[in-house]
Amino acid sequence: MERIIFGDNQFFAVNHISDEKAMQQSIRFRHNSAIIRTLEQSRAEGIQTFMCTTHERIGEICAWMRANEGWRNYTIYPCMPYAHKYANSVTEMGISGTLRKYVPGNVFGSLFKGGVAMLSRDYLSIMELLIDAEMKMFRGMHTPVIFLQNVVTDLLLGLQMKEVLAAFAQYVRRKYNAEPGFITMNLPMLVHTLEQAGVKDAIVCASINKAGFRMSGGKSLYEKVLAEKKVRVIAMQVLAGGAIPAREAIEYVTSLSGVDSILFGASSVQNIRETVEWIHRYDQQRIRASMPVLV
Amino acid sequence: MINIAVIGIGKMGISHLAILGAHPDVKITGVCDASRLVTDALSRYSPFPCFQDYRSMLASVKADAVVVAVPTKFHAAMVEELLEQKLHVFVEKPFCLNADDSANLAGVAEKYNLVNQVGYHNRFLGTFTEVRQLLNGNYLGDIYHFHAQSHGPVVIRPQSSSWRSNKNEGGGCLMDYASHTVDLIHYLLGPVEKVHSAQLKKIFSEEVEDAVYANLELRSGLSGLLSVNWSDETFRKMTTSVQLIGTKGKLMADANELKVYFREDTRPNGYEKGWNVRYVTDLTAPVSYYLRGEEYSAQIDSFIRQIQDRSSAPVNTFRSAAQTDKAISLIRSKH
Repeated sequence: MERIIFGDNQFFAVNHISDEKAMQQSIRFRHNSAIIRTLEQSRAEGIQTFMCTTHERIGEICAWMRANEGWRNYTIYPCMPYAHKYANSVTEMGISGTLRKYVPGNVFGSLFKGGVAMLSRDYLSIMELLIDAEMKMFRGMHTPVIFLQNVVTDLLLGLQMKEVLAAFAQYVRRKYNAEPGFITMNLPMLVHTLEQAGVKDAIVCASINKAGFRMSGGKSLYEKVLAEKKVRVIAMQVLAGGAIPAREAIEYVTSLSGVDSILFGASSVQNIRETVEWIHRYDQQRIRASMPVLV
Repeated sequence: MINIAVIGIGKMGISHLAILGAHPDVKITGVCDASRLVTDALSRYSPFPCFQDYRSMLASVKADAVVVAVPTKFHAAMVEELLEQKLHVFVEKPFCLNADDSANLAGVAEKYNLVNQVGYHNRFLGTFTEVRQLLNGNYLGDIYHFHAQSHGPVVIRPQSSSWRSNKNEGGGCLMDYASHTVDLIHYLLGPVEKVHSAQLKKIFSEEVEDAVYANLELRSGLSGLLSVNWSDETFRKMTTSVQLIGTKGKLMADANELKVYFREDTRPNGYEKGWNVRYVTDLTAPVSYYLRGEEYSAQIDSFIRQIQDRSSAPVNTFRSAAQTDKAISLIRSKH
């Protein structure tokens, strides 16, 4: 994994502290060309990995990338599912209605598999069909890590469905030759559960910031779990939605040796550059500080 | 350990079940849903005992409290039955289709001294609890106008039918969506006494309204506006906000952000004269397990704490939700 990973919240009106900013971003990125321009800027600052939700517009962006030579080596970490699509559907037609709607049935092969799955109530096959449906938009792209979104990871965690978390990991490895990733707002609980479920070498992406925002169980417990280094960790929400100044935020998160990568999203080239520079600066300071002094 | 049974595993039921499942003081003794697809999945992969029928569940498991998340039309009869069995009850919003049933159930719960709560989660949001503090301290002076709004993308095309598209079963924007906004008005400013005018608009739905616009007067005499629209796809998810203006200042608050302007030097600690912006990041207390927002975990924590120890004041009682149901019926009657 690269040290710095670019995120997509800003493209899809996700802002954790301001609905007004969210709407401004939604206007700013109303055309895919604006998203692609920002991704180009992030690449120019050295970020070659994009972690994104399976929003339908990502499908359009991927189609554009497939057609453009310069994007062949670009790395994408898909995060599935795009939860609002399913949540709105569950409100409209219930859980079973939603499964009927989204479990793919238009392709003959999956219709057959889906029919069998429904009959035998083989839920893990249904999950595999949903993963395949979400992965279609990334056909031909380099997707070495595939993530389960936090709303699903954390739901399975609360429902104590360890076997399903393990099945996601196995399927992603088997079918896509990718590493399984889990986004969570409950890092300590997840690490413990993955261990119990026998999921080894998972990648976990969690909210980690100086303010302790969305760090369920508390910041000190997070620090303890990170120090044990049982999983590879991507820190997200490092700026706590903008509540912490960038420099202070980066100084904190780079000081945690259990954090392998830092995920952030930004709309402007200045903000991208500034964040990247702070990460490099603090990383270099730490490398220098850990070197033996030559006499 | 508090023994809890959950009835109804839809969108809210499954969220409550996960939050309860992660709660250190809770043991889930039974889960019930009419859909086999749902209970089969739960019995296979989760440790919770599952049932198809709530009566047989309650006859066979030990429960101190029950969480009810079934369609609204079933609430009144089911909750009454549970209270008669001396069970503490948390029920999803809106409380009952008929405000008289709501008031009656509030009386039953009070008579038996049972913990009773309705799922209006906005009362557990850091920004809105802060607004209430500012109002209690009278820092905005005499409030002379409010505007409470909710918008979201629930019904953005002609719908297939479900209980939410049926007015008699608790469907429609007024019951399902505006109930949150009306309850927030109650929480911050007091109960609705009169409805001067109300428009319930159909946008995509055939049987129910998709938007509610009303001119309300509260018990205090304060008047203001309610604007709620669940067919607005410019919002990614449900977004509730309130604007208040008073003789000493003005504020705008939503789930994420509080913007407040103080005209004078008299202001609470931590605030300046003029504009102030505060974010949910420093107004929200952390929770031990997070699923969809701190407020969903916080409301369940509050319910559990009430059962363990009645020292803190209950939030979202049946009595308070009955007032919200009353306001909903006033709005409907004015249309």
